[in-house]
Amino acid sequence: MEQILRIEKIEKYYGNKSNLTKAIDNISLEVNKGEFVAIMGASGSGKTTLLNCISTIDRVTSGHIYVGDTDVTKMKGNALNKFRREQLGFIFQDFNLLDTLTAYENIALALSIQNVPAKVIDERIKMVAAQLGIEEVLKKYLYQMSGGQKQRVASARAIVTNPKLVLADEPTGALDSKSAKMLLERFTYLNQELEATILMVTHDSFTASYASRVIFIKDGKVFHELNKGGNTRKQFFDKIIDVVTLLGGDVSDAL
Amino acid sequence: MLCKLSMKNIRKSMKDYAIYFFTLIVGVAIFYVFNAIETQTVMLSVTSSTKELIAMMVDMLNIVSVFVSFVLGFLIIYASRFLMTRRNKEFALYLLMGMGKRKISMILFIETLLVGCISLAVGLLVGTGISQVMSVFVAQMFEADMESFQFVFSVDACKKTVLYFGIMYVFVMAFNTFMIGKCKLIDLLQASKKSETVKMKNPWVCIVVFVVAAIALGHAYYQVTATVLQLSRMELITAVITGIVSTFLLFWSVSGLVLKLVMSFKNTYFKGLNSFTLRQISSKVNTTVFSMTITCLMLFMTICVLSSCLSLKDSMNASINELVPVDVALNVQLDYSEGYGTGYPSNYNEKMIENVGHTARELYAMAGIDLASHMSEYIEVNTYSSADLTLEDSLGDYLEVAKEQYQFMVFNTREKIISLSDYNKVARMYGNEEFTLADDEYVMVADFDNMVKIRNAALFEQLPLDVFGYGLKSKYQECKEGFIELANTHINIGIMVVPDYVVEGKTPVSSVLIGNYDAKSKADKVEIENMLIGTRSNYIEEWPYVSIQTRLDMTQAAVGTGAMLSFIGLYLGIIFLISSAAIFALKELTESADNIERFRMLRKLGADEKMINSALFKQIGIFFAFPLVLACIHSVFGIQFCNFMLSTFGGEHLLAPIITTAAIIVAIYGGYFVITYLCSKNMIRER
Repeated sequence: MEQILRIEKIEKYYGNKSNLTKAIDNISLEVNKGEFVAIMGASGSGKTTLLNCISTIDRVTSGHIYVGDTDVTKMKGNALNKFRREQLGFIFQDFNLLDTLTAYENIALALSIQNVPAKVIDERIKMVAAQLGIEEVLKKYLYQMSGGQKQRVASARAIVTNPKLVLADEPTGALDSKSAKMLLERFTYLNQELEATILMVTHDSFTASYASRVIFIKDGKVFHELNKGGNTRKQFFDKIIDVVTLLGGDVSDAL
Repeated sequence: MLCKLSMKNIRKSMKDYAIYFFTLIVGVAIFYVFNAIETQTVMLSVTSSTKELIAMMVDMLNIVSVFVSFVLGFLIIYASRFLMTRRNKEFALYLLMGMGKRKISMILFIETLLVGCISLAVGLLVGTGISQVMSVFVAQMFEADMESFQFVFSVDACKKTVLYFGIMYVFVMAFNTFMIGKCKLIDLLQASKKSETVKMKNPWVCIVVFVVAAIALGHAYYQVTATVLQLSRMELITAVITGIVSTFLLFWSVSGLVLKLVMSFKNTYFKGLNSFTLRQISSKVNTTVFSMTITCLMLFMTICVLSSCLSLKDSMNASINELVPVDVALNVQLDYSEGYGTGYPSNYNEKMIENVGHTARELYAMAGIDLASHMSEYIEVNTYSSADLTLEDSLGDYLEVAKEQYQFMVFNTREKIISLSDYNKVARMYGNEEFTLADDEYVMVADFDNMVKIRNAALFEQLPLDVFGYGLKSKYQECKEGFIELANTHINIGIMVVPDYVVEGKTPVSSVLIGNYDAKSKADKVEIENMLIGTRSNYIEEWPYVSIQTRLDMTQAAVGTGAMLSFIGLYLGIIFLISSAAIFALKELTESADNIERFRMLRKLGADEKMINSALFKQIGIFFAFPLVLACIHSVFGIQFCNFMLSTFGGEHLLAPIITTAAIIVAIYGGYFVITYLCSKNMIRER
């Protein structure tokens, strides 16, 4: 199995000598090609910091992060930007779409930054729009779309470049349960049919239950790991709830 | 506590709104500099006539200052409204913590006070510095010697500046208090969350509006240039309003239009950040149509005022040499019964009436002065007129058309007539074209542009005219260039040159003596001139009025008027320019603050710094270019119109002033653009 992401003993400290916060305290983990991994943890557990470090938005204090064969912790400046736009796809909680552009143009932007010709852009967008069921909203602006549609557009933008790794930060955080379910089913589809590798951060057990593997983080450390294996989603969800309870997570988190 | 809060706020916003403080300081400085000119000129050693000119100039500048303070006041209120809306969240926080609205007003009051004091102090300091340079400039303009340079600080100008700006700041405080009183907590809190609905305008509506606006504008252009002669005052006002409204509509529609256009070129549109940049611009143009229109119109005014004033100044200096080729011309009316006026002026006493009929040389001879002995060369010529030959007669069939076009003109004035040999004497002396005539011919000599146009239309037919009972027809189908009287500009509305026999035995209406002084140095010339004018003053109760036009006088007047024009042009031009540029830059900066999120997102998507910077540059550049381009197009026609209006004074020299104007605009407007770009870049930089 090809390894897409390998994290080796990374640490991330915030603050200064007198007041040091260890946001990430010696985490190591691996993600293989075609995996759908969820990272779970309560607020402040360091999961978003971890994602930011992987996505090269933030720098680690020590340790290495390999995406494919490249060590992203060693990259700088424009090489980093190039890496980010060619190897990674992002999905954010608050969509992070540009309100001045239509859905189509938002997706196209990810490609045009890579200087892909307009004709190819069109083909790729049509394809990805069909996969995510957003063909009818392509011409619309953000304010004309529902939250679920926005997040699917954001997902389309993330995968249209065929990235090695799709990083999703609380993708269902701003969605109602119906839209969330629809989005997660799409994620599963992307993962299983298109073999997209997805790393998702969430504090929601229901969302996590769609993943093939769940890594629990507490206070900057890996606390536990669950594999879906042959379980159904419902069984996997119950298992997750058990761990969350153990974690001392909020009851409301364990919906 | 409140004080501390205000201080901190100012320090914080200093960084982001440096451009606002900068503009305030420049505004104060310029206001001071132009109001301090009076004090600076007091110490110059100049002649009394120049002193009069300077006094006039100071009066003009005072009037202009009032106008300028309105413009600046508008700018400051507009700007502070911007800054207020940027701080909605902060005010919301104060209110949430239980601070009363009065206290918030107090904070704003202290802030305005501090900003006002700082900008006034720094502005006055800068202004004092600039005005030292200015005094050298002033001295040069009035050709005064600057041997005794001294540091000047004008207390009056300082007081005036403080007063005017004080009033403006008081208005701002009142405005702020009013705004605070009006706002609601919920609105303040949600101000940043307001989901901006970026609506794409219907492209077809855009196209229709664009075409309509363009046609309306074209019509207005046509009116003020091609058909300017027939323009009534109402039509002129309509044309100006049409211009303003269509400027607004053009900006309103152009963004949608351009967007639609570029979008059809998919390869360009989907290249790099182009789609982002274009959408940014078009979404912003929607919200900034108003300030764009204001900026455009201000720029337009700047260009017109500056270039017209400067060209007027240039042409005045240039035409002096051409139009005043001799040292002096003395003009005496000889015949009041049949002359231009009807009867003697009311202030003429018996002695004066008795002396009517003498030429200038005879009058001076009576006073014991031989004019000839003071002249290196001189000539005396007579002019005539006839009650039977007025402008109405010489225009003939064309009169009705002319009357329609020039509603304010008097058409029943008598034509001035001169004999061919007399005219040729004058022409030889001036270096103008001389003529030969057959017995039944005449030549019309004129150089006032608009009058030449009217006359040419009439002369084209070459219809015969009755001059003192002789039938004459024009030798040429047009007027010939020339003049007799000395003037600063082309003002000869027409002199009829006829064969000598026509005026033989007729009583001349006036006599003109034209000559050059018999003097080597300027001092000698001044001495002779003072003698001429002095003698006239001595006999003011005895002689009929002798008009004395001299080269020295006119040159000085031209220089003075030129200085006045360039000062007023510069003053107004720079104030307009910095106001419009500042409004625009501020608007752009507040937008940039909103854009931080968007650019952050682009970074997350992996756009290079270079790409982002170039997108920002393009965005701000195009944004700044829009009003400038339209203002330039406006100006092409506006300057033509100004030129027409000013042709009375001679606005023929346009190239150099336009280049100067362009340089000033590039320097100031371009400077604001660069600062805006750098500030925006700083704002969107990842922290």
